[in-house]
Amino acid sequence: MSSRGLSQANPAKKLFASKWATVIVWFITLLWFIPSLSLLVTSFRSKDDVFNTGWWTAFGNPSFTLDSYRSVFFGDNGGGVSDGVLPYFVNSIVITLPATIFPVVIATMAAYALAWIRFKGSDTVFYIIFALQIVPLQMALVPLLKLFTGGASIGSFQFFPALGIAGDFAGIWLPHTMFSMPLAIYLLHNFVSSLPREIMEAAVVDGANHFRIFRSIVLPLSIPGIASFAIFQFLWVWNDLLVALTFSSGLDNVAPINAKIASLVGQYGSSWETLTAGAFVTISVPLIVFFSLQKYFVRGLLAGSVK
Amino acid sequence: MSDFIATNLPKVTSLFTAMAAFFIILAVIFVVAGLANGKKARPIALLVFLTPALLLLLAGLVIPTGRTILFSFMNPNSDGFVGFENYAWIATDPGVRTVLFNTALWTILTPLFTTALGLYLAVMLDRMRGESIPKSLIFMPMAISFVGASIIFKFMYEYRDPGEAQIGLLSAIVQAIGFGPSNWLLVKPLNTLLLMVVFIWTQTGFAMVILSAAIKGVPADVLEASALDGATGWKLFRGVTFPMVRTTFVVVLATMVVASLKLFDIVRTMTGGNFGTSVLANEMYSQIFVQFDAGKGSALAVMLFLSVTPIFIYNIRSLKRERSNK
Repeated sequence: MSSRGLSQANPAKKLFASKWATVIVWFITLLWFIPSLSLLVTSFRSKDDVFNTGWWTAFGNPSFTLDSYRSVFFGDNGGGVSDGVLPYFVNSIVITLPATIFPVVIATMAAYALAWIRFKGSDTVFYIIFALQIVPLQMALVPLLKLFTGGASIGSFQFFPALGIAGDFAGIWLPHTMFSMPLAIYLLHNFVSSLPREIMEAAVVDGANHFRIFRSIVLPLSIPGIASFAIFQFLWVWNDLLVALTFSSGLDNVAPINAKIASLVGQYGSSWETLTAGAFVTISVPLIVFFSLQKYFVRGLLAGSVK
Repeated sequence: MSDFIATNLPKVTSLFTAMAAFFIILAVIFVVAGLANGKKARPIALLVFLTPALLLLLAGLVIPTGRTILFSFMNPNSDGFVGFENYAWIATDPGVRTVLFNTALWTILTPLFTTALGLYLAVMLDRMRGESIPKSLIFMPMAISFVGASIIFKFMYEYRDPGEAQIGLLSAIVQAIGFGPSNWLLVKPLNTLLLMVVFIWTQTGFAMVILSAAIKGVPADVLEASALDGATGWKLFRGVTFPMVRTTFVVVLATMVVASLKLFDIVRTMTGGNFGTSVLANEMYSQIFVQFDAGKGSALAVMLFLSVTPIFIYNIRSLKRERSNK
């Protein structure tokens, strides 16, 4: 499967261009855009307006306010979200950055070992790692949570100590790093193994060891592959709900904004002005990443479509 | 404001401490291990590069999978064996039957619809001018989390008593054309279909972009030759374009099947699995974290594992075939 940019056109095929295709596509585009528009418009309307009239009436009778954003960011004295979602936004950043960078580094190292420090059975190890994608993360949640809180033991023999990181950021970084390994190693192996052999051999002739080759050749040359995976992983972690709920449930000091917003739906189900503003804050970061790095995003998706 | 800083500064500090610690430890290991030379250099390098990943995989996936399978034969507290009791519960409980039925519905309907619509859009995009803006806008929901998308659609489905001013778009449209709107998310089985719309909205762009890349890979001269032979429209698509993108179509379809099987966020956010909308992954979560029954929850996880297995075996096989062709 080749990965091409979003808007590469084949001039020859435009021979078949038809007006109907244009009309149909624009119709569906409009249909697809309405939900996002409703979110955006509602988040800028006043509480009373949102409660009493449909968001589409705002076009005939425009009246907008930043009240919802003020209460979402800084909290308010009644109704909405008492202390605002800004702390959870900070949590999301603190969770997402290491949960993206750790897997990238560890997986690139493993990919290099499997591709360039060949040993008997390195292909088998690679296939086993690829095959581990088969394990839905649901399979690992409970044992991992038990491992974090109580360690692991056979009978009364404790062979693994309680890590004591449940309810800590480390308790969220670690599962994300673990679950990302099969896909990360697979994607980065594809990239690292296709680096030119001559450069590697020249470095060895110059007397560079594996650590030097990794730092000064493999990492810099793999930047495009790393970027694709990093964007994919960043969005995955930022948008994740299941891992967040499992490893930070009820813990306000570490819960990410996505999980917080999800819980607000239950608590403030009818405060649409607050919910829409909160949702917009949550999705703003992925949207910025999406629009600024679309090319890498598409490439990462094309490659990582199995997760 | 100072409160905010006081509570959040430690978080940022822990972020930078963790990152710094990670890179310092790595640098030290690299330097020390790099000192080894001669015969030991290679095995030591291998050890340093591979061990972290293998340990993470072992502790995070391999051992937990074994333990989950073990837990699925145990009681709610995982301290006594109950044989196949949890699986018998899955096979006989009427509530679970609804869950399995919903999951089957999700797994069949959403992938087919999403992939077919994605393909249709990809074909249409190929026949129009100025495709980049529609493509971006249809693809955009892919960046939005299922939670965000669920909030958007919950608002679209918001319901007021018939005759009152509706603030949900769906209710407003239904009322405007002269029907009484209903409390959409409570109506079985319509509610499950309405939840599927959220999935379709976020994932169709993904199918479209990937299939569009495949369609652009169809050589222009092949299309021209068939067009000269008189093939047009549907015939051209069925005879030439589709066979050439079939592999990609299957890959996208399989991806969607796996995503639908694992689906959790939409159901959790929109209905919490109530009103007959629960699916496998949501039921599993409820059993473990609401009912505190690790046995039943683990048995459901094993069911999920077994249902995605055939798709991945297929994937592994195609990877092997691809590699041996190289």
